[in-house]
Amino acid sequence: MVTRRNFLKIGGSVIAWSVLGGRALASLDFEGNPDRFGMLSDMTRCIGCRRCEAACNKANNLPAPKTSFEDTSVFEEKRKPYVADVQSYTAVNRYEVNGKTVYRKVQCMHCDEPACVSACPVAALKKSKEGPVTWNEKVCIGCRYCIIACPFYVPAYEYSSAFSPNVQKCFMCYHRISEGVIPACTEACPVEAITFGRRSDLIKQAKLRIWGEPDKYIDHIYGEQEAGGTGWLYISGVPFSELDFQMDVGITSYPKLTKDFLSMVNLTLVSWPALLGGFYLASKRKQHTAHDEISDKEDDKQ
Amino acid sequence: MSGYMEKKMHTDRELTGAEIVSTWLSDKLFLGLTMKEYVKTLITPLNMVAGLIVLGGLYFILLRFIFGLEAVTEASNEQPWGLFLSWGLFSGVPFSASGFVIGTAVYIFGLKRYQPVVKNAILLGFLGYLFAVVFLMIDLGRPWRIYYPMFVSFGTASVMFLVAWHVALYLSVQFFEFSPSTLEWLGLKNLRKLAVSMTLGLTIFGVMLSTLHQSALSAMFLLAPGKLHPLWYTSYLPWLAFISSIGGAIALVIVVSRLTQVFLKNRADSNYLSSINDITLGLGKAASLVLFTYLGLRLISVTHEGAWMYLNTPFGYWFLVEITLLATVPFLFYHGVQKKNVRLIQYTAALTMVGIIMNRFNISLIAFNWQLPHRELFFWKEAVVVVAVVTIEILVYRWIVNRMPVLRQHPDYMDDH
Repeated sequence: MVTRRNFLKIGGSVIAWSVLGGRALASLDFEGNPDRFGMLSDMTRCIGCRRCEAACNKANNLPAPKTSFEDTSVFEEKRKPYVADVQSYTAVNRYEVNGKTVYRKVQCMHCDEPACVSACPVAALKKSKEGPVTWNEKVCIGCRYCIIACPFYVPAYEYSSAFSPNVQKCFMCYHRISEGVIPACTEACPVEAITFGRRSDLIKQAKLRIWGEPDKYIDHIYGEQEAGGTGWLYISGVPFSELDFQMDVGITSYPKLTKDFLSMVNLTLVSWPALLGGFYLASKRKQHTAHDEISDKEDDKQ
Repeated sequence: MSGYMEKKMHTDRELTGAEIVSTWLSDKLFLGLTMKEYVKTLITPLNMVAGLIVLGGLYFILLRFIFGLEAVTEASNEQPWGLFLSWGLFSGVPFSASGFVIGTAVYIFGLKRYQPVVKNAILLGFLGYLFAVVFLMIDLGRPWRIYYPMFVSFGTASVMFLVAWHVALYLSVQFFEFSPSTLEWLGLKNLRKLAVSMTLGLTIFGVMLSTLHQSALSAMFLLAPGKLHPLWYTSYLPWLAFISSIGGAIALVIVVSRLTQVFLKNRADSNYLSSINDITLGLGKAASLVLFTYLGLRLISVTHEGAWMYLNTPFGYWFLVEITLLATVPFLFYHGVQKKNVRLIQYTAALTMVGIIMNRFNISLIAFNWQLPHRELFFWKEAVVVVAVVTIEILVYRWIVNRMPVLRQHPDYMDDH
């Protein structure tokens, strides 16, 4: 129904968008809440028990996996969280680096300024005030540009569904956080390898740990600046590049990559009509002049 | 079939209602034949082949809508977009710039020389966009929500949002731009007059929309710097896409003009047929200039991104194939124009189309996610669907050109441009 309210809303956004362009609105969209939550994975602590995977599965009502969560044979390959036959929001992978066994938990990074959010043409994906990057099933059109955009190869799609294919990824237990309960994986971790808290506090905590035991940790918090900063942070005892972390994501936020282009929109909308209108008038005038000259010549002949 | 003439019925008595309807149907839909005669003319070997292809494609499209994209595509989280978009959207849309390129030349710059091909160019553009939307409808996970970016939920920071709006608007613009031909066919003189009066405004609006979304189609990949191979990823992507779409559009008009000369001669008037050679020479010159510009900017962009060091890798060799092709065509166009060799220009135009399709496939499919170890590019069933939809597009094009004054002037509006 086109009510007056709807009409104003639509008209308003069209006008606002054409006047302001993507730039101004984009920066509004990503105004970060200083108290937003994040998660800290300490990979020196993780023992690969997969209890976080089990808790995640339960908290999100996902289908039971093929083998039990105690099965460690899954470590023989590097798993992705959500693929056609494995429906999970997170996966723990095992790495052998310099004789040390290291486990890395993979899931959505919950970027501060997510590429997927800026990619979504219907604003189904959002960086919530609380911190998790959420997805709205009610407006998603299934274009999968989010999957193209994500530098961490995280969002997944249900290609086997014809009627309600969903975008799948970790939502940092948004449903629990909004009720004041901490995410399931954090709660289940027996060794406090995953910490939930305000992102700014987590960064301080990570720095304290690194400063406290400089021989144990690599002097880097993955996610503090990567891709403009992520909500999920990692600290490690071995180089991140050995653990399949994306080392090419840089430190600028991804939405900036398209902002300059989007700001061209206004320029084009304003300049083309003026230029082309001018060309049209010029070409008309030329034809008239040519026409006049011809008739002049004809006059001369007579 | 004989040359085209509007058939006029002369009778002394009043026609009955049924006769009026059957005359109208015969006149407008059955090419002046009765329905039985018309259906008989449709049974040709070529049409049978086309029918089989379309049936095969429709079967797989049906499967897709029952069992999901997985049933007919190679789509995965590593390869979220496949042949439907690489062909239908990323390769199809650049050629559909034909409407705005020739329209601008004729209606804004007043280059009357190209008048005979302008209606055909607009029709090709319109169909290109229409079928891009068809491909999109097959590929979207929830196609029944295709209008959401326009009316329901607005992702204003998204390049895809821009593309959605512009494709929708431009499709409408092209519909109106082509409408004079449709209205001439239907004999609605007053409406036609109104439609013709909108030409200049629509053309300018079309240029605005085309500039933005031709570039936006490639600008979508600006968001994926680590995923698109450095030889293709560049901040120049939007402008390269815009310039190459102009080259592609000119190439398409050259190629299709030649094809109509051979296959749709009966539907064209002598003015159209006799002006093709001259138009081809003119378009060849324009294409040469545009593609030289493209080549220059492309080489600068690779230098700008510091990507030449990737040249001695498998992706580098593949890049060389593409760039060699795109670098050769402007010289061939130039040579063809110098020698007034129309045939050479026409073959070069076909080659240009291959080069541009290759470029769009590389950006959207082949050089995308190049760092991932195993990728399946596409499934053969996807190819069947693509061939089927293209076949439908050609049939629709033929249907329209057989009926509406596209390759000719309508006798009633001879002096009226």
